[in-house]
Amino acid sequence: MAPWQGQLTRIDDYHWEIPQSYKQGMRVPGLIYASEEILNSIKAEQTPEQVANVAFLPGIIKFSMAMPDIHWGYGFPIGGVAAMDIKEGVISPGGVGYDINCGVRLLRTNLTEAEVRPKINELINELFRNIPSGLGSQGKIRASHKEMRELMVEGAKWAVGRGFGSTDDLEATEEGGCLEGANPDKISDKALKRGMPQAGTLGSGNHFLEVQVVKEIFEPETAKAMGIDETGQILVLIHTGSRGFGHQVCTDHLRVMEEAVSRYGINLPDRQLACAPIESPEGKDYFAAMACAANYAWNNRQCIAHWTRESFSTVFGKSAEELGMRQIYDVAHNIAKIEEHMVDDKKIKVCVHRKGATRAFPAGHKDIPERYKEIGQPVLIPGDMGRCSFVAVGTQKAMEESFGSTCHGAGRMLSRGAARRSLRGKDVARDLAERGILVKAGDIPSLAEEASQAYKDVTEVIEAVHQAGISRKVVMAVPLGVIKG
Amino acid sequence: MKMGAAVVKQAAGKSFEIIDHTADVGIIAYGTEIKQVFANAALALFSLITELKNIGEELKYDVEVVSEDRESLLVEWLNELIYLFDAEHVLLKNFDVQSLSNTRLKATCYGEKIDPSRHKLKTEVKAATYHMLRIDKDNKGYKAQIIFDI
Repeated sequence: MAPWQGQLTRIDDYHWEIPQSYKQGMRVPGLIYASEEILNSIKAEQTPEQVANVAFLPGIIKFSMAMPDIHWGYGFPIGGVAAMDIKEGVISPGGVGYDINCGVRLLRTNLTEAEVRPKINELINELFRNIPSGLGSQGKIRASHKEMRELMVEGAKWAVGRGFGSTDDLEATEEGGCLEGANPDKISDKALKRGMPQAGTLGSGNHFLEVQVVKEIFEPETAKAMGIDETGQILVLIHTGSRGFGHQVCTDHLRVMEEAVSRYGINLPDRQLACAPIESPEGKDYFAAMACAANYAWNNRQCIAHWTRESFSTVFGKSAEELGMRQIYDVAHNIAKIEEHMVDDKKIKVCVHRKGATRAFPAGHKDIPERYKEIGQPVLIPGDMGRCSFVAVGTQKAMEESFGSTCHGAGRMLSRGAARRSLRGKDVARDLAERGILVKAGDIPSLAEEASQAYKDVTEVIEAVHQAGISRKVVMAVPLGVIKG
Repeated sequence: MKMGAAVVKQAAGKSFEIIDHTADVGIIAYGTEIKQVFANAALALFSLITELKNIGEELKYDVEVVSEDRESLLVEWLNELIYLFDAEHVLLKNFDVQSLSNTRLKATCYGEKIDPSRHKLKTEVKAATYHMLRIDKDNKGYKAQIIFDI
């Protein structure tokens, strides 16, 4: 692909603007968060063009934003943030993505590397056995039609109500694990048919469960508030979303919006940006269906967290409570939310699209759990399986600049095909094993697609958002064992 | 975008090829007539999911889709097949497109249920997208480009 040749204005070392004049039809400028080095890799593809295209959407406020982990998507870039005025703006399924509420959940433990490393083989095998994963995998949960409707409305609460975890988990989940406004009547039979058997499954692709060791603590007091006390401590990171259910919800509603676009007289540079006014019937129906899928995903991560605790219990012969397996937090990184933000000194309601971006609310914000009121909302940033992951916190600056948003991960650099051509899954697994990282995967060849070489270095990504001030890094952890679908 | 990464040849010439897209993957399907392009696009989709040569043909599925134009009809068609794969656990490899207009398609698809002992599943395809979607015609015939979210 040809590199992007457009015009960028440097605001400072970590802020770059695409002027509104770049393209006729942009309603606001574009804003890319990146170091100069990251920016060069972003410009190697047409990604900034997609940032400019999102600026066409009616009702967009301030900027079409892009995080440093941005990469080329379909319609919206992955790593994009766009806030729309609730009265005049649109909602776009493409601004959320197919994997609605793809997100990350982090559990702490009292265990240390010294205790876990000798048993890592047994632990990973047990997790792999206990947690349904892989392409086409079916869950252990058999929800009836009626239960499925409840699940879509209740989210993670549904699982907690069945003994999978506790209300303590819900408090440590974005939105309490339940997005308001879900309406199962807006879900097609097709979505139901795809979703029912997949409830409580990890899936495949870039989804994973990782046993990690804390390697570095940047802010000891902040880390302590999350229950991260020392280096060598074991954490568990779960990354999954709404599976085929969310994919079908997106497909169904994109189709509706494709037709609605011309009816509402909306002019788009890319069909995949299809959207409808937030307050239109099509917009409201999508939000109600998206909320169902978001809740499905939170239920999913709740179930998987429960089985993770079960597996640790089996291997270490102690209860999850004795092992101190408290949930640190759970964040969504593919979602649209109705939030209140200050714009031009006025508090207004906006619809924030975060597609491959994480909410990053500051200390004192009303929507974050009591236990984090002093430190800010935990932000969970997974890296690729060979490098490291970060825990950060949201900041006031994010609130002022990026509608309370920051990055979501490493960001893909090599296409899946290119990764497969240059690497072999077997070699990737062996290299990781030599470095003390045990990987168990449903399909070994596809490990090549998820190798470190296919991703940007998450350390550079986190440094850029840290320096830009839209989140602060708190902890860095490295993988010890990984299960992949 | 690098083109022509994995070209699949068939007796009558190239039926489809796989193209790279950073986060996702795309296909270009060829055909001397438009029905063939739709059938080859379906074949390309299932080649992403598994090895085509291992798919049997004992089951039959009738598919009918409607849409507002030919491009979105192609997306609808492929999304219907992704739905069948995910909900019915079926792999398809033979696509008899019986009738096709710009807004309606009727086809009979042949395949079999997934058998994990024989079918190695490679890639989870979430959906066919409208992104960079195009159908072109030149003197050699038709070609269609579709990007899948995977």
